[in-house]
Amino acid sequence: MEDLKVKSNQAHLSKSLLDIMKTNISEYFMFIALIVIMIFFTITTDGVFISSRNISNLINQMGYIAVLAVGMTLIIVIRHIELSVGYLAGFLGAFSAIALTFWGWPIYAVIPAVMILGILAGLLTATPVAKLGVPAFVSTMAAGLIFRGALLLVTMGTGTIVIRDPVFNAIGNGYIPDIPLGGFLPGKHKLTLIIGLIGIILSILSAIKSRRTKLSYNFQVPSFGLFIAQLVLISGLIGYISWILSGYNGISWSLVILLLVVAVFQFITTKTPLGRHIYAVGGNPEAAELSGISVSKITYIVFAAMGLLSSLSGIMYASRLRSATTTAGLGFETDAIAAAFVGGVSAAGGVGTITGSIIGALVMMSLTSGMNLMNIDISIQYIVRGAVLVLAVVFDRITRRNQ
Amino acid sequence: METPILEMKSITKEFPGVKALDNVTFSVRKGEVHCLVGENGAGKSTLMKVLSGVHAFGTYTGDIFVEGELQKFNGIRDSERAGIAIIYQELALIPELSVYENIFLGNEVSNGIVIDSNESISQAIDILKKVGLDVNPLTKIKNLGVGKQQLVEIAKALKKEVRILILDEPTAALNETDSDNLLQLIRGLKEQGVTCILISHKLREVMEIADTITVLRDGKTVTTLDVEADKVNEPVLIKHMVGRSIDNIFPKRENVNIGEEVLRLEDWSAFSYALGRDILKNVNISVHAGEIVGIAGLMGSGRTELAKSIFGNPDHYRLSGKVFIHGKEQKFRSPHDAIKSSMAYVTEDRKGNGLILIDDVKHNISLANLKEITTGGVINENEEILIANKYRSELNIKTPTIQQKVRNLSGGNQQKVSLGKWLFVKPGIMILDEPTRGIDVGAKYEIYTIMNSLVEQGMSIIMISSELPEVLGMSDRIYVMSAGKINGEMPVEDASQEGIMALAVDY
Repeated sequence: MEDLKVKSNQAHLSKSLLDIMKTNISEYFMFIALIVIMIFFTITTDGVFISSRNISNLINQMGYIAVLAVGMTLIIVIRHIELSVGYLAGFLGAFSAIALTFWGWPIYAVIPAVMILGILAGLLTATPVAKLGVPAFVSTMAAGLIFRGALLLVTMGTGTIVIRDPVFNAIGNGYIPDIPLGGFLPGKHKLTLIIGLIGIILSILSAIKSRRTKLSYNFQVPSFGLFIAQLVLISGLIGYISWILSGYNGISWSLVILLLVVAVFQFITTKTPLGRHIYAVGGNPEAAELSGISVSKITYIVFAAMGLLSSLSGIMYASRLRSATTTAGLGFETDAIAAAFVGGVSAAGGVGTITGSIIGALVMMSLTSGMNLMNIDISIQYIVRGAVLVLAVVFDRITRRNQ
Repeated sequence: METPILEMKSITKEFPGVKALDNVTFSVRKGEVHCLVGENGAGKSTLMKVLSGVHAFGTYTGDIFVEGELQKFNGIRDSERAGIAIIYQELALIPELSVYENIFLGNEVSNGIVIDSNESISQAIDILKKVGLDVNPLTKIKNLGVGKQQLVEIAKALKKEVRILILDEPTAALNETDSDNLLQLIRGLKEQGVTCILISHKLREVMEIADTITVLRDGKTVTTLDVEADKVNEPVLIKHMVGRSIDNIFPKRENVNIGEEVLRLEDWSAFSYALGRDILKNVNISVHAGEIVGIAGLMGSGRTELAKSIFGNPDHYRLSGKVFIHGKEQKFRSPHDAIKSSMAYVTEDRKGNGLILIDDVKHNISLANLKEITTGGVINENEEILIANKYRSELNIKTPTIQQKVRNLSGGNQQKVSLGKWLFVKPGIMILDEPTRGIDVGAKYEIYTIMNSLVEQGMSIIMISSELPEVLGMSDRIYVMSAGKINGEMPVEDASQEGIMALAVDY
């Protein structure tokens, strides 16, 4: 036994940074691609792309798609698809607008109510899929038609509903308040910098703790130099993003919501039995069922989560436009699916991460933002985004086959 | 002596790690019914795949002669051109198309652009008459019973100029009347000059219909017998089919200490909606602590279905009868319930429904018992690594690291991962379905040793196996299944390969 451990430790030692990168190449590749795209647009726009104002806008525009992409990742991981989320988001946004404007509900009642509606809608859409094995493609497409009809129905009398609630509108347009620190760092959003600093400290502490625990188990850990390099890289990244954001209005409420969503779903998928079960169902549903996992229960849970995220998306979008429109949500599902696939999700099931899909969403949104700044016509923009999607998936396919 | 219509000489076919056919010689006279018999895995189907071109020329060694002419088949089309048609056990018909459309599928009667339905239908009627099937050619296949579907399949083969018709277990899924009809048809075809090669496990029907019988065992030809001249009977055939020596590849168990009853089935029956028939009929078995119970039987006899029906019934059969675990009646609604009652099921099909191939060793091992390593809702990944490494060393799983994807391991090591996963559940009753299929001798021995040590610790094992030496070498008690029924029960001391085989082929 002792002998075995020594041997396996040696095997670990010989594992260089290159090996680690090779095994996760598709995920790292998209990250690198993202940076390349950002640098490219920064150069072609004379630095406008990377300006605080643009990055801040980019994140706010991305928010309502990115939360959908998080849910879509899980849907695709369990080998399904969800085509109704765009219209569901649109409908729930309109519902919020009506409740706020016509019924006079307080915002603190509206938001939970809409979230519950989202969950119910997800469960409803999932029922034919989980109970009878109806293909999700059909079930969710039908649900999409129904939600679209519902959206048109509720906005029929009024057309666009303007929302006047300042708190609600802040979700998509507002920023966290700043703290007055006198003349210290003028023009910078101080609270954003402080939060960035706290983020850096927390990530360092958690990295140290995880390393200590691993050592207490006598497990092999990366060499100290590599460990420090990782910490510097992560700290630098958080620091740089905070610095950029602090140069405009600081952290937006959209970003707060997105970060919370990512944190919660990242935690669930990587740290909890539920997450494992989701990936097991995606990897081999029959084996999962025989391992005591209820495939239909997992299906309900994932679709319910998707419904919940659709409600957040709808709220964020309605808030951003300060109104509910008859076409809200149009094509959101396509953007979310594209983000997930660019981020490395596999349609064969069982493969795909939350962080990957967020990177995918960032790539797609950077393309839109950058090309807008370059005044490239929308026709070309569609073609470029389509090409990038295909390239990403083809690359993913090839790297997986080589493994 | 006239030239045989078919001669296969010194055929050897290897798959990675296995010699499926080893210097097989097979010769068929014109106009006879030639039966091919042997245990599961003896090489019958592989031999027929070589003959029909599924395994193309060049992937095997040896020569095939049809009426004295050397043949090099590169695919089914080639063998069809030479007048060979094969009908597989799993029917290759399209359920949503009509009888006549299926008969002409791939060879549509047309004027070059448009299918001539009237001509097709009238030809179909003639062909259907030949096989004695009286149905409207416009009927959809899905509306016919299995017996009639089989006849359509034969009609489809007869539409072409067939000299040699191969039927791979054609009666396996048929009831008695349909089987009799089919045998009658084969006799009729023989009179019309069609040579038939029939693969079957049902020795009674083999005896009834065959002119000549060739027995394969472990990829080799054992013998070819002329039914009349050699005065063949069932016991003789069985002797030829089994006859494998039980070397001491089975580790001896130190303490056999059989305790109280832990599992009992009473009048356990199951009906499959998917197949539309009963798959288990009044099964009564019992299993005791510290005991290895072998379940023998041929493929399709209902062994795996028995295991699944007990283990929470994931395929949703309609069940009747009772299951008792430790004397208490249980009604499992899902595998989850069965696992909670300390059962484990190591599946026959590791890749299909046993493991998550795209995931790594440690995640596979922990999957069925994550709660054990979860505190406060969070999986302790460090504990998980310890557990995975524990089973890796206890079961001697050969893998560079436990982060290795299971798909990259060999069959034997995959099987050990599967075992490790279920041992981690800490079960009292473990069902092992074909525990050593497709794995090498060394790994087999290791798995047998593990099984012995488990029952010595008081666990009960139900071992489903097609390999008779394994059943005899490992079990304390043996049940033999056939057609969904328990055909016999015996302590291992009273069992022999011949005895088991006789029960397994008795329908």
